Amino acid sequence: MIINEVKEKIYEIGFDDIIEIDAAPNGEPIDYRDLNAMIHARTLKNCKKIVLYNICGQRFIGAALQGDFEIIINGVPGNDLGIFMDGPKITVYGNCEDQVGNTMNQGSMIINGNGGDVIGLSARGGTIYIKGDVGYRVGIHMKEYKNKFPIIIIGGTAKDFLGEYMAGGIIVVLGLKFLPDGSIIDIDQSICGNELGTGIHRGSIYLRTDEKLEDKLGVGAKIVEFDGKGKEEIGPFLYEYCETFNIPFDLVINKQFQVIKPISKRPYGGTYCNKMI
Amino acid sequence: MAIAHEIISHYKVNIDREDCQKCKRCLTNCSFGVFSFNGERIIAQSNKCVACQRCVVMCPAKAIHISQSESFLPPHGNYTRKIRNIIWAQSGNGGVLLSATGNDRPIRSIFDDLLLDACQVTNPSIDPLRETIETKIFFGRKPKKLEFIVESDDFTDVSLKTQIFPNFEIDMPIMVGHMSLGSISYNACQAIYRAARELNIIAGSGEGGLHPDFYEFAPNIITEIASGRFGVDINYLNNAAGLEIKIGQGAKPGHGGHLPGEKVNSLIAQTRMIPEGSDALSPYPHHDIYSIEDLAQLIAALKEATRYKVPVGVKIAAVHNSAPIAVGIVRGGADFLTLDGFRGGTGAAPRIIRDHAGIPIELAIAAVDERLRQENLREEVTLIAGGSIRYSADLVKAIALGADVAMCSLPVLIAMGCRVCQQCFRGLCSWGIATQQEYLVKRLDIDIAKKRIINLFHSWNEELKEVLGAMGIDSVESLRSNRDRLRYIGPNPRIADILGVKHAGE
Repeated sequence: MIINEVKEKIYEIGFDDIIEIDAAPNGEPIDYRDLNAMIHARTLKNCKKIVLYNICGQRFIGAALQGDFEIIINGVPGNDLGIFMDGPKITVYGNCEDQVGNTMNQGSMIINGNGGDVIGLSARGGTIYIKGDVGYRVGIHMKEYKNKFPIIIIGGTAKDFLGEYMAGGIIVVLGLKFLPDGSIIDIDQSICGNELGTGIHRGSIYLRTDEKLEDKLGVGAKIVEFDGKGKEEIGPFLYEYCETFNIPFDLVINKQFQVIKPISKRPYGGTYCNKMI
Repeated sequence: MAIAHEIISHYKVNIDREDCQKCKRCLTNCSFGVFSFNGERIIAQSNKCVACQRCVVMCPAKAIHISQSESFLPPHGNYTRKIRNIIWAQSGNGGVLLSATGNDRPIRSIFDDLLLDACQVTNPSIDPLRETIETKIFFGRKPKKLEFIVESDDFTDVSLKTQIFPNFEIDMPIMVGHMSLGSISYNACQAIYRAARELNIIAGSGEGGLHPDFYEFAPNIITEIASGRFGVDINYLNNAAGLEIKIGQGAKPGHGGHLPGEKVNSLIAQTRMIPEGSDALSPYPHHDIYSIEDLAQLIAALKEATRYKVPVGVKIAAVHNSAPIAVGIVRGGADFLTLDGFRGGTGAAPRIIRDHAGIPIELAIAAVDERLRQENLREEVTLIAGGSIRYSADLVKAIALGADVAMCSLPVLIAMGCRVCQQCFRGLCSWGIATQQEYLVKRLDIDIAKKRIINLFHSWNEELKEVLGAMGIDSVESLRSNRDRLRYIGPNPRIADILGVKHAGE
């Protein structure tokens, strides 16, 4: 990666422990491999904060990064942001594409914009906070294990197959709309698509809405009442979310939530026949 | 009273009353609950017997033998006994029928219809006992050509310009197929990995994660990333000689996986990184892969995640359009490609898919090899082929058809003691192989099992050398895709055409 080293010298505006990288130094976005190699080189040098500018679709930013540091992204990162990530914090000022936090183990993501499809695919831990809307199959097959517990909070709305195959963790959808004048109102459309929580066998989905969700439920999912326990479960994360995006906590918590839970931990228990033929 | 339309016993447990010492060792050894003692004599319930032979071997008086049940069904050439059993099972219990190991239908093997060439007069054969015959393989992507930078006119200062991709070396063109901890026991995994290390071959981890105890075998393990992403974290990615994205499995192409919660004990939970007792469902597709472009993206992601240090490959089941799919996979950046034929094994798969989906590996190897050649991609990729490589003859023929490495699993299990009773999905394996129950697992002696696997593959390798010597070839790499050394003797010449193999006599 000799090319990378040369590029670094050209457009690195580095200071001690905050490193800034311009991802389009001559107006042309640099290749994801070069960009990621630069990030990896920095993280190896114990850098605590990396600020990226002019990000334009570069994939795999933060892939399999470990440790306690922060990456700030200005622009739109490409697919698989933070894939296999284990610890760092990523803040995005812009929208995201698909598969944010794919198979993430630990860490946090803050997206000041909308997200794409399949966010948090198979994530085992960490938090993903998205200010705006998200696409299809978000939170699919999220898991939990020991002290690891993934949380996705979505400010706006989600599309079909939210929490499909869900095997742990929490998804919260708030149904908020952020107006250009800075005010925040509730959306006037549906908060989520069809096949809600289909195949869910662990974990829960919280939807801040009084809309009738029965017809949208997927296979193996049921609606339960939002009680004190639920409030306790999501409260601290919601508070953190509201702080992060500057949303009044009271506005969020003082509306009805509906909770989607699995009907059974063994949704497909009776599917098979193990008779000897 | 309802009449019981039950499946008639398959086997008959015979106890020689004169020899029986009533020691009750059969009671403790049978994990399927066949035997009981009524105070006077041992009683055997033949309908529970799976013919695993554990009692036969363990009986000190050798008083037990298992025979085929003599109970007679009215004969019918079309509605076979098996088909009637399937109907009785499904009309009684309902549900999707489970099965284990590979396809057991008596479909003609193409390997068996192929004959090998040997040297006579015009080129000399080689004596493998006294001359070197190389069975080493370099595993990983190869550059199409090498380019050099010549710094000085007299060629004293020359450096390599071509980027070299990560490769590793194995001593035999053999891989132990992917069997996860969960499908087989801890002791079985341990024996396989130890054998793989000693033989310097590779073994697959399966899709259920890699237990930290096995990290020490990483240089001989290919770990698998499947749709469930079980046990996939940074340690898993970094403790492997290669990474394989599992798209499909020969026994169940297009199907996901389902490990029931009751089998997820603390060991499995730790390995798969899911809570104890929780169902482990592998979605049918990878939900981040809906196209070849998406697959290329995950390949790139894995390379990025491992900082380009290990080969990243893809496994697909051999299906109708394997050849164009394979081209897409190699163009998408895969360093190796694993093909799993329709006879490939499983710990649990719906019988309907195991027995009826996919195509024979022989045809898939030939088709993929040929198409990759047409696209000028063949030399770049390492091709692994599995799906019933039963013994060394299959290994030789698979390589001659176009594979670099032959992958097998059931021979390894049989070497360790498996009797192929095909009940793996019940988790009751009396030989301690396909079970998680501690009292059964400890029946499998790791050292003995390891030794038997090593013996088996040493023998295969010796036989491979014998064949190479007879063909006058001194390196297995020269046998690969050397289809001119094969001839077809089967009933269907169309198969020979697809294989690119001449008929015997031609």
